[in-house]
Amino acid sequence: MAHVADSHGHGHKPEGVFEQYEDLHQQQSTYVLGMWSFLVTEVMFFGVMFMSYLLYRWKYQDMFYQIHHDLSWQLGGLNTANLLFSSFAVVMAVRCAQLKQNGSVLKWLGVVQLCAFGFLAIKAIEYKAKYDHGHLMLIPGNNFQWHDTAIPAGIGKLFYSLYFAMTGLHGVHVVIGILIFGVMMLLYAKKSHLVQNDYIPLELCGLYWHFVDLVWIFLYPLFYLIPK
Amino acid sequence: MSDVIIGTGKGTAVGAPQPDPNTPRVNYLNVSHTLSSWLLTKDHKRIAMLYLFSISIFFAVGGAAAGMVRAELMFPRGSLLQSEGYNRMFTAHGVIMIFFFLLVAIPAVFGNFLIPLMIGARDLAFPRLNLLSWYLYMIAGTLGVTAMLFGGVDVGWTFYTPLSSMYSNGQVTIAILAAFLAGFSSIATAVNFIATIHKMRAPGMTWDKLPLYVWGHYATSVIIILGTPVVAMTLLLVVLERTFGIGFFSPELGGDPVLFQHMFWFYSHPAVYIMILPGFSVISEIIACFSRKKIFGYHFVAYSSMAIAGLGFLVWGHHMYVSSQSMYQGTVFSLLSFLVAIPSAVKVFNWCATMYKGSVWLASPMIYAISFLGLFVIGGLTGMYLAAMATDVHLTATYFIVAHFHYVMVGGTVTAFMGALHFWWPKMTGKMYPENIARYNALIVFIGFNLTFLPQFVAGYLGMPRRYHYYPAEYQPWMILSTTGSTVLGFGMIVPVFYLLWSLKKGKDAGPNPWGAKGLEWETESPPDPHNFHHIPVVTAPVYDYDAEAEERELQGEN
Repeated sequence: MAHVADSHGHGHKPEGVFEQYEDLHQQQSTYVLGMWSFLVTEVMFFGVMFMSYLLYRWKYQDMFYQIHHDLSWQLGGLNTANLLFSSFAVVMAVRCAQLKQNGSVLKWLGVVQLCAFGFLAIKAIEYKAKYDHGHLMLIPGNNFQWHDTAIPAGIGKLFYSLYFAMTGLHGVHVVIGILIFGVMMLLYAKKSHLVQNDYIPLELCGLYWHFVDLVWIFLYPLFYLIPK
Repeated sequence: MSDVIIGTGKGTAVGAPQPDPNTPRVNYLNVSHTLSSWLLTKDHKRIAMLYLFSISIFFAVGGAAAGMVRAELMFPRGSLLQSEGYNRMFTAHGVIMIFFFLLVAIPAVFGNFLIPLMIGARDLAFPRLNLLSWYLYMIAGTLGVTAMLFGGVDVGWTFYTPLSSMYSNGQVTIAILAAFLAGFSSIATAVNFIATIHKMRAPGMTWDKLPLYVWGHYATSVIIILGTPVVAMTLLLVVLERTFGIGFFSPELGGDPVLFQHMFWFYSHPAVYIMILPGFSVISEIIACFSRKKIFGYHFVAYSSMAIAGLGFLVWGHHMYVSSQSMYQGTVFSLLSFLVAIPSAVKVFNWCATMYKGSVWLASPMIYAISFLGLFVIGGLTGMYLAAMATDVHLTATYFIVAHFHYVMVGGTVTAFMGALHFWWPKMTGKMYPENIARYNALIVFIGFNLTFLPQFVAGYLGMPRRYHYYPAEYQPWMILSTTGSTVLGFGMIVPVFYLLWSLKKGKDAGPNPWGAKGLEWETESPPDPHNFHHIPVVTAPVYDYDAEAEERELQGEN
């Protein structure tokens, strides 16, 4: 926890530089590299789901096309716009952090939080509709209902399995985003030395958030806009 | 754990040149003695010692399971276990050894300890993440062992669907969650290594001067961040299928079991390189030191690690020649699998060339390194048999496969681990172990290992299937040989526990550099200071700055 300069006579480091680093620049560039490495793992993590989707869409394209009409492209589109705007808000927050305008940082992060909660609210409306149709499999899970006689229940279940697993995992990432932006807001509100001299922590959260957005940019067309 | 280690700190000052012989020098072991100073430490060296302690326990548990398997196989109709119990035992052996020993052993213990020392840094880039990775590993290991003991898992370490997702009884879900968490532990370590190696090198420590040890761990970390998330997610999908009936892989539910195999092996073949590349990197250090020569073809050895990391991702299909994979696809995978032999051979030839005309010192780490060369060559060349589709169809799922990967995993990684333990033990603890016992023990390990696994090549070639515990009596002689060998090998693994623990109390002080090795880690005290270096060093000397001729002249002069 000690953020003090080391005891071996390297002179005083600015507040907020951890003891394993020589200076702020080294710390910042290490943070950014670490974050990008982590995002690589995230890409591979979601990659498994996209690979599964690819295979089954290729196998059952016609039926996936039929089923996708059940999803509301309007609500999905609204959420897409919502997340895109939230990414803009994050960029503005980072810019204000670079200019050391604490108040504006808090304002823009508030906008991000609103967007994120809005996203989850719209998602909840969509999930609720699917739950009412019996498509959402809650514990213990084998109570999936399928009413469309033209399409085998197994394919319907597969489509909705992919839909819930992929949007669900994305939703988990949105929730984590809300939490880390919450922590950031707290740090900026309390003028913590962790973020006063160093805008990089906020930029890292921004990188994460852009990644979460990007996943949605792929999810939206893959589920809501399947071509014939 | 903490008591034993702290015990060593007290005596370090004796015999070492100290300003005041009555005050022990402060090092990372004796800087504080409380339990919480160990459990909440952010010092990479202490975290490495925590890892060393924990992986030793999991290695012992996995070894005990292997002992049960070998005892069972002494007799064609079994001796000890029922069918169910046998399946659970070999699964326990595989899961524990792979997820909780081989994948972590060298990076988490020696990588953690040495990378900051070798590149001249005060710590890893993210010390708290490092501690978190140990906790994740411990939770995962505890869950895994619990799953094995209470209920057991009988699907093999590969968790093939639909057996694992639909039909198997037992604690598959818990075992998978354990593997999932262990995956996150390795990801945390790998992200840490990548950031550290890129950004924390001391002034003058260019990529061209980086010890090959660090190069090897860099390549390993790249594989981990690209591969491990894939298997984590894939296994999570198995859990979703098993608990919620979501049909990703089960044909009954509309899924495709071969998709599981593709995604599983997309990680699990590169995982083999996660296990062996750190082994390679250890061998490079030991051979250079005990031959007193710069590694022959330094750049080739360094880049061949990166080549293995890259090619490793393109060969997973060779595990699936007998699945429904297209035979044209199989041809491509076969060709690419042969290509991996090139960077591996580059390393082996370069190590041999390094020893040629070197001043070779057969100390115990060097004996392990030379065993490694022989065993890895056998393991690697038999891999060529399995990369060829025609022979692989005959050899798939026989003991030939078992023998092949044990030659790479045990003959390679475990031998390298033992070499590393003997090479850096004086640095980590400041104490020397009894060298002669260690040398004889290295020979015992070598003999025991070969006696265990050479017969399995023959049995497998003759057609004995793996994972069977009832087998035709004609294979019994091979199985008896193998079980005998495993007893010798087990003995060879237990002896070091005693003499290494003994050395903590009674061993001679090692001094900063008992082997006369080059490298920044040998320029610190043994055991190193809490912050590694008094001043961040500036690196001017070339890497592996040995002089074999001067060494030989000196030896001649002494005689």
